Amino acid sequence: MRIAIQHRTQYSYDTPARSIIQMLRLTPRSHEGQTVHRWHVEVDQDADLRAGEDAFGNIMHVLSLPGPVDSLTLSLHGEVETAGADGIVRGTVERFPPRLFLRETPLTGVNPDLRAYADAVVRGATGTLDRLHALMNAIRADIAFDTSPTNVTTTAAEAFTLKRGVCQDLTHVFIACARDAGIPARYIGGHLYRSDGAILQEAGHAWAEAYVEELGWVGFDPANGVCVTDSYVRVSAGLDYLGAAPVRGTRMGGTSERMSVDVRVNQASFQSQS
Amino acid sequence: MAFDEMHTEGGAVRSAYAGVASWLETVSADQLARRRAEAELLYRRGGITFSVYGDTQGGERIIPHDLLPRILSAAEWSRLAAGLEQRVRALNMYLTDIYGPQETLKAGIVPPDLVWRNPAFRPEMMGFKVPHGIYVHIAGIDVVRVDGDDFYVLEDNARTPSGVSYMLGGREISMRLMPDLLASHRVAPIENYPNELLAVLCSVAPRDRSEPTVVLLTPGQFNSAYYEHSYLADRMGVEPVEGRDLFVQNDVVFMRTTKGPRRVDVIYRRIDDDFLDSLVFRPDSLLGVPGLFAAYTAGNVTLANALGTGVADDKDIYSYMPEITRFLLGEEPILKNVPTWRCREPEALAYVCEHLPELVVKRVDGSGGYGMLVGPHATVAERAAFKVMLQANPERYIAQPTLALSTCPTFVESGVAPRHVDLRPFVLTGRHGVRIVPGGLTRVALRENSLVVNSSQGGGTKDTWVVER
Repeated sequence: MRIAIQHRTQYSYDTPARSIIQMLRLTPRSHEGQTVHRWHVEVDQDADLRAGEDAFGNIMHVLSLPGPVDSLTLSLHGEVETAGADGIVRGTVERFPPRLFLRETPLTGVNPDLRAYADAVVRGATGTLDRLHALMNAIRADIAFDTSPTNVTTTAAEAFTLKRGVCQDLTHVFIACARDAGIPARYIGGHLYRSDGAILQEAGHAWAEAYVEELGWVGFDPANGVCVTDSYVRVSAGLDYLGAAPVRGTRMGGTSERMSVDVRVNQASFQSQS
Repeated sequence: MAFDEMHTEGGAVRSAYAGVASWLETVSADQLARRRAEAELLYRRGGITFSVYGDTQGGERIIPHDLLPRILSAAEWSRLAAGLEQRVRALNMYLTDIYGPQETLKAGIVPPDLVWRNPAFRPEMMGFKVPHGIYVHIAGIDVVRVDGDDFYVLEDNARTPSGVSYMLGGREISMRLMPDLLASHRVAPIENYPNELLAVLCSVAPRDRSEPTVVLLTPGQFNSAYYEHSYLADRMGVEPVEGRDLFVQNDVVFMRTTKGPRRVDVIYRRIDDDFLDSLVFRPDSLLGVPGLFAAYTAGNVTLANALGTGVADDKDIYSYMPEITRFLLGEEPILKNVPTWRCREPEALAYVCEHLPELVVKRVDGSGGYGMLVGPHATVAERAAFKVMLQANPERYIAQPTLALSTCPTFVESGVAPRHVDLRPFVLTGRHGVRIVPGGLTRVALRENSLVVNSSQGGGTKDTWVVER
């Protein structure tokens, strides 16, 4: 599938910021089953944009913009060709052995309740793959999709207690349970072409990858209860949201920040190839 | 019976302490009491204080300073110094290996999970070549003696070790209040420590600049070691800064000054890894500098110590240091390690649970004497409660035999009596090698029979004299 992505984030301030610095993970890499045909990151201000890679091989840009800044628009657009629907992810940049992804992070720790839940869910399953499917299905059934009660600092254990959350929270719960069961798991940020035709989205998507000895890394989307397909565009990988976040930034000064995000994910028409 | 650094078993005075012994005979109890009162006053005026966590009284209190110096002979010191130099070289080599080729893991010297699952391991540092290949510029190596021959390393401190201001302050007190005793010994100087530290920091600047700009980055006045931060900055003649005084532009770090931005080359940071850069580490940290890590990996600024050094100094890795030294340096360790049971190993755990009354059990990631059990001094109930915690998370603990730490003469209510001591020498590593000022911070357990020297647990300090014959 050829997927076209447009993503625009606008910031504005009542009184200008003195400076802005951001770390961006917005650019996908090609790997088996994912070919990036074109990709552009643009800033509407005279900012310094330095490209690099982070520890996990994600393409990263450091944006630094001396002020005064009263608005900033960050846009990206590109096209990615995807193939394969078996959920297995091959040919990605791997700098660390899978066991690194057993590390607990503040966002992906288990508490006794979550541990008991994970134990109960995986108990009947035989084999790593079955346990992961059982986890994904249970989490999708037990945690309702709800954008209101959680935010980017919500931990897996907190979301589990609330039984509510967004794709990021479901992914953290999945990762926490998998790691507690001794299965390496990681957080993936990216985009999903939705089969229901909802092109305009409020945010990117998030899912998890877990390591299965015989297969390698396999993508699990607990928000939708499926393994990844050719509808998924993989952008960044990390130990948790913080390690894969599309934007982490801060500003000096400036008041009343307003931010609007507009993401469009659509099938590309072949005529528009450039 | 603990090793007495002043007296032989027969009761004779060891030669290094001959001067102290004869001095003690000449001063009266009244004179001694007066000097001790003066010492406390000096500390209060000087503002050397230390916040104790969990103290319900809150605020700061003075760490007691004992006026009687601890004496090491030049021969003892040179043996110890050689061992310290080797230990810190091994720490630096190990970090170079872990964030590089990982030969120690491939050869099975260290279990991989001690790296991959160690919270102090920083994946972000993997493959990054730190300036001049040095990770640990400032190390505090805690050593103890149990006999006249050997020094044992009790703990390596390779993150942001503190306490050097007490070492320097102790010498100032000796000069003011014990001038007669000091004058009768040839004591190796330590006053040059701030200059040595500054020279080391300048030597590791990333660019060839004759006068690199060095700053000391502190979490601020509410940190328990703030006194030390401002003291060291003052003695080095560098700016003490907080995160908000610095900013990053195009991967370069600048300091705000009244004359405009000034480029910063070396940051002596006394802030933990987690708080250094909210864009990479804890997002809620207001103590660090956003963008600092990118500037660091771009090679535009040197951090001392480097990030991720904690993977080399926790109490679990500690037990592998002799093997690491042999493997990476090809040398036999000069300083001994205390025998250590790793509780994550089932056989060791079983042994530790059976022998709790005779062991010291410590958290792998603990410090300051918190969260530890001193078996022989604990009640039956305390041991039982500790055992439950230990068995719930054995991988978080190690155990060691209860060492009979050596004793030094110390002022107590009833006069002068032996008290247990340890020693934290400060080891500096720069582009031109390792420098150690002779001595270090001697900590003394002021309570009779106590083996816990931490200032947070009722410990005091002593001046440490390396005495030439």
